[in-house]
Amino acid sequence: MSTMQQRFAAGLMKPESALPEGLTSWNCRQPKVRYDVYRNNVMVSLRRALASRFPAAEMIVGEDFFAAMADIFICEHPPRSPLLFLYGDDFPDFAAAFPPAQSVPYLADVMRLEIGRGRAYHAADVAPLDPARLAAVAPDDLAAVRFTLHPSATVLRSAFPVVTIWAMNAGEAPVAPISDWTPEDALVIRPHLTVEVLRLPPAGAVFLDALAAGGPLADAAEAGAAAHPDFDLTATLACALSGGAFSTIQTQPGDQP
Amino acid sequence: MRPSQLPAQAGVGFKPEHFASIDQERQPVGFFEVHAENYMGAGGPPHAQLSRLREDYVLSVHGVGLSIGSIQPLNQDHLQRLKQVCDRYQPESFSEHLAWSTHDTTFLNDLLPLPYTEETLAQVCRHIDEVQTALGRQMLLENPATYLLFEESTYEETDFLDEVVKRSGCGLLLDVNNVFVASTNHNTDPASYLARFPVLHVREIHLGGHSETEDDLGATLLIDSHDTPVRDPVWALYADVVRRIGPVATLIEWDNDVPDWPVLRAEAQAAQAILQRSALAA
Repeated sequence: MSTMQQRFAAGLMKPESALPEGLTSWNCRQPKVRYDVYRNNVMVSLRRALASRFPAAEMIVGEDFFAAMADIFICEHPPRSPLLFLYGDDFPDFAAAFPPAQSVPYLADVMRLEIGRGRAYHAADVAPLDPARLAAVAPDDLAAVRFTLHPSATVLRSAFPVVTIWAMNAGEAPVAPISDWTPEDALVIRPHLTVEVLRLPPAGAVFLDALAAGGPLADAAEAGAAAHPDFDLTATLACALSGGAFSTIQTQPGDQP
Repeated sequence: MRPSQLPAQAGVGFKPEHFASIDQERQPVGFFEVHAENYMGAGGPPHAQLSRLREDYVLSVHGVGLSIGSIQPLNQDHLQRLKQVCDRYQPESFSEHLAWSTHDTTFLNDLLPLPYTEETLAQVCRHIDEVQTALGRQMLLENPATYLLFEESTYEETDFLDEVVKRSGCGLLLDVNNVFVASTNHNTDPASYLARFPVLHVREIHLGGHSETEDDLGATLLIDSHDTPVRDPVWALYADVVRRIGPVATLIEWDNDVPDWPVLRAEAQAAQAILQRSALAA
């Protein structure tokens, strides 16, 4: 029995492999077409799962390219969990190293942004921080404030205009030549029921990553200023706050969030 | 053990793209069925929608990833996730498949067939015991759509299911489309299959669409594709079953090339009409 299931499973992702022994049908002892129905179901359904998680990537490279890349990925990195909305976390890294995709060097970052969108969609429901709570902090205490990022937040750094490229391929912006080809940092967030993709101001990702690591506001601001001459603490904090990037703040060590 | 208790009415498999239409007014459906795995994230729109449906409708949770027919132990993490979904939404019914989908650590995302032997029978019953104990409720087991057979099988599928019910106390989910698909694929008579099926234990019926292709020798091969309306011969078999056993909860499944909500609702109403005729005749 164990061997039957092993044999059956082993051939599903190997289209050229021999038909497993022990199968039959009413009219044929070598039911290859029938076994291929299962092979096809497995591959098509997993391809579909990836396409639904990475729709902008599929738009960028086209359906045929995406399917061919997905097939190789599926065979090398089959899902390990029945939760397919988690499947493909390592697909961006695979795409980054996939030789035929080298002509679209920004593809992997768009895929990382899409992973952030999927995570945000399924993340825990938590009310975003009310900006009034920060406004109520005494000026002298501001530098020491620590922030907890919202559970839906993904901060993404990119060497490419990833937000602009994603938006054009997700139907969020008209497709047009990108005149300002500059690196963009993204914040993916779902403060309520809708997933948002925000373009962060310069060094915004450095700043948010420093806060996410648990550092106080003063240290995060310093890290942002060191990372980019145009870093603007007020604008960056306002963008993050209005976007719902935080769930809570701690004003003094030991405060309950 | 909490029994499965869906109303003897027509229900619909819930698709998120229909949520806005469904939420506009009270829909004439007896229940909604959802795939358990879609509600195993922490939060977000899936839970918001299901919580909303739960307020107004009877709910059936249908698992597609537990791999009950697997030779290996059940995935305990997944069983716990199922328990969380059932604890949170308190569905009137939970069902899964006589199939397997996980091997070693790989999830194959299809309902794969198993040989029917003493060994698989014992294993399936062990797994169902485990599920029913963990969930504290009776589960329903669904007959599969199959495309091939195993040389080592020693049971007819209907006898296998009968034995599973006797040993485990589970109920059955009779998928009439699967019966038609599998019977055609194995060149047998679906009416004879249904005559042998342990219908007294059927707590729910599934109806769905299938597509048609050919096997190695050019014989008809039907695919359980859930991408079309219910076909006429399946409606006819369904009406026969309902005439025989009386009204029973009936689900319309349409998972691919999903139509607009009114089309799906009309399919459910067609099933409802058959249920009502049988109730009047009784």
